[in-house]
Amino acid sequence: MATPLVEMKDISIAFGGVKAVDNVSIDLYPGEVVGLLGHNGAGKSTLIKVLSGAYKMDSGEIWIDGKKVEINSPRDSRDHNIETIYQTLALADNLDAASNLFLGREMVTPFGFVDDGGQEAETRKIMSRLNPNFKKLKEPVSALSGGQRQSVAIARAVYFKAKILIMDEPTAALGVHETKMVADLIQELKKQGLGIFLISHDTREMMDLCDRVAVMKNGQLIGAERVEDVTEDDILSMIIMGKNPKDKAA
Amino acid sequence: MSDETADAVKPAKRNVFKALEVDTRLLGMIGAFLLVCIVFNLLTEGRFLTPRNVFNLTIQTVSVAIMATGMVFVIVTRHIDLSVGALLATTTAVMAMTQTQWLPQMMGLELGHPMIPWITILIGLLTGALIGAFQGYLIGYQAIPAFIVTLGGLLIWRNVAWHLTDGQTIGPLNETYLLFGGINGTLGVFWSWAVGLAASVAALFALVQGRRTKMGHGFTVKPAWAEALVAVFIVGAILGFVAILNAYEVPERVVARDPALYGCAEAEGCVAAYGIPYSVLLLIAVAIVMTVVAQRTRLGRYIFATGGNPDAAELSGINTKLLTVKVFAIVGVLCALGGIVASARLGYHTNDIGILDELRVIAAAVIGGTALSGGIGTIYGAIIGALIMQSLQSGMAMVGVDAPYQNIVVGTVLVLAVWIDIQYRKYTGAK
Repeated sequence: MATPLVEMKDISIAFGGVKAVDNVSIDLYPGEVVGLLGHNGAGKSTLIKVLSGAYKMDSGEIWIDGKKVEINSPRDSRDHNIETIYQTLALADNLDAASNLFLGREMVTPFGFVDDGGQEAETRKIMSRLNPNFKKLKEPVSALSGGQRQSVAIARAVYFKAKILIMDEPTAALGVHETKMVADLIQELKKQGLGIFLISHDTREMMDLCDRVAVMKNGQLIGAERVEDVTEDDILSMIIMGKNPKDKAA
Repeated sequence: MSDETADAVKPAKRNVFKALEVDTRLLGMIGAFLLVCIVFNLLTEGRFLTPRNVFNLTIQTVSVAIMATGMVFVIVTRHIDLSVGALLATTTAVMAMTQTQWLPQMMGLELGHPMIPWITILIGLLTGALIGAFQGYLIGYQAIPAFIVTLGGLLIWRNVAWHLTDGQTIGPLNETYLLFGGINGTLGVFWSWAVGLAASVAALFALVQGRRTKMGHGFTVKPAWAEALVAVFIVGAILGFVAILNAYEVPERVVARDPALYGCAEAEGCVAAYGIPYSVLLLIAVAIVMTVVAQRTRLGRYIFATGGNPDAAELSGINTKLLTVKVFAIVGVLCALGGIVASARLGYHTNDIGILDELRVIAAAVIGGTALSGGIGTIYGAIIGALIMQSLQSGMAMVGVDAPYQNIVVGTVLVLAVWIDIQYRKYTGAK
């Protein structure tokens, strides 16, 4: 296969005495969806926050497109075309959709002022593609439903042409219809060649959406397997027992 | 397409306020202010709304209003600044010492040298910016709560001012510097009208430009009649304000002292009016700049985003620590500006200048609709808040309300205003 889009090598990070992520290595290829599974506190979100720049790793290396990179802040991460959709959505509730979409990367007029008109027009465009029912452009996002807020967060990642997308529990707060929408979007982005890290608790959903699933427990990577090679039960036992059934077979 | 038709149908159904697209909160605040004015005017048998009192009211409000615009940014970012009154005292102490002693004695500039006021003001603004930035650094980078840093600051800067001046009243201050105090420096009738007209033209231009930009992006705009009505109100307010200030005539005995100053050959029959004070122009300039910063710049957007959700702001790549430094530096500069106006109005730097200003400034911002939970607040609100506070205080003084009752009323109004604001937000859906 080609060079991996992302290679995280021997990543470790500890909070106090607790090793939240312990020597984990994982990679991601273009057009691939890699699911991260595990109990609460297994270290999935922490691992992913290292990549998105929210946490600084204690040791390890991150390679992107075959080059070693330093990611020390969310800005660094964005500079490498990594976009993150956080479980909390990370929206400023008091601002409208356009301000949130462009937060930190505002469009500016030639005089250096924020181009609200331009931002709103762009927001309209991308929203009509992602969520045609989205009308409340002038309202602060606190006035939006869970699904609408989710689509603002997704629009932010899609608009800036991410190459690597991190989605932390993207469907946790969504209804059936909206979950389907997110699933369709993931398929579409995959076709465009994006690499996607997906975090979820829903094993069945992960089997459908992902190409590979990686299971973590107590900060360690138990195994990363292609979904065709494992059953749902295998994955469950990895999550619960912390052992890879394939290792036993070998 | 269905989207567009829906939007196009809407205007017909909207009520008048919706069509005007005016901020109902702004209307409410102006209404409250007018109510205060009318009540006091009745209680004082017409003495409250005389040109003279309106003039005094505006110049008394300027210093607090200037600082309140900065307090909006502080409170919006979920901080507080208890040190503004003390900071004002330190900057005025520095400026008073600079113009009366340091520059003349150390730099050899003679008293009355034309550069003295400007060097003084520059040093004052720098002092404010540096102290503010340092407090911001302690809050942003060292994570000491703003309440503590500025509570300490309140004690420290109040007494740094005392130390600098040995507790003495410093003055008389430079003549040019005194022009920023209010009644000592006004535009006069002709230039007041000129400024009023220029402001009206600028406002109309901004309205037209805004409408064009919206149409350029294909957004719906409000009907032309609504736009025209808003324009009439704005121009009316500007010119009305100028007319009131221009109606305040310079007393005869003041004209008699130096008729030439008012464009007359002799005192007999010479009628002159004060017009817009420079200090009010300064406040208007501050208000415009701060509003533009709040609404049209990245800095302002980040201030509001950080107030709305600090984690989201940080994850969006905003340097919230540096932002805190900037916000407190802005407040420092505004304290110095407020200090120029306050000390120039008194004519001296006094040891008790700015005492309790922190409370007035915070109250003005809060009455003006700034939410202590962060993320919400407007510059114009803070200025109207300052006006309401000042009107209450001078109105009650005119009516002859005893000092303790005055403060009881002001305290009650503060709590009541915030309660009304909370109810309003609930009613309109958590805006």
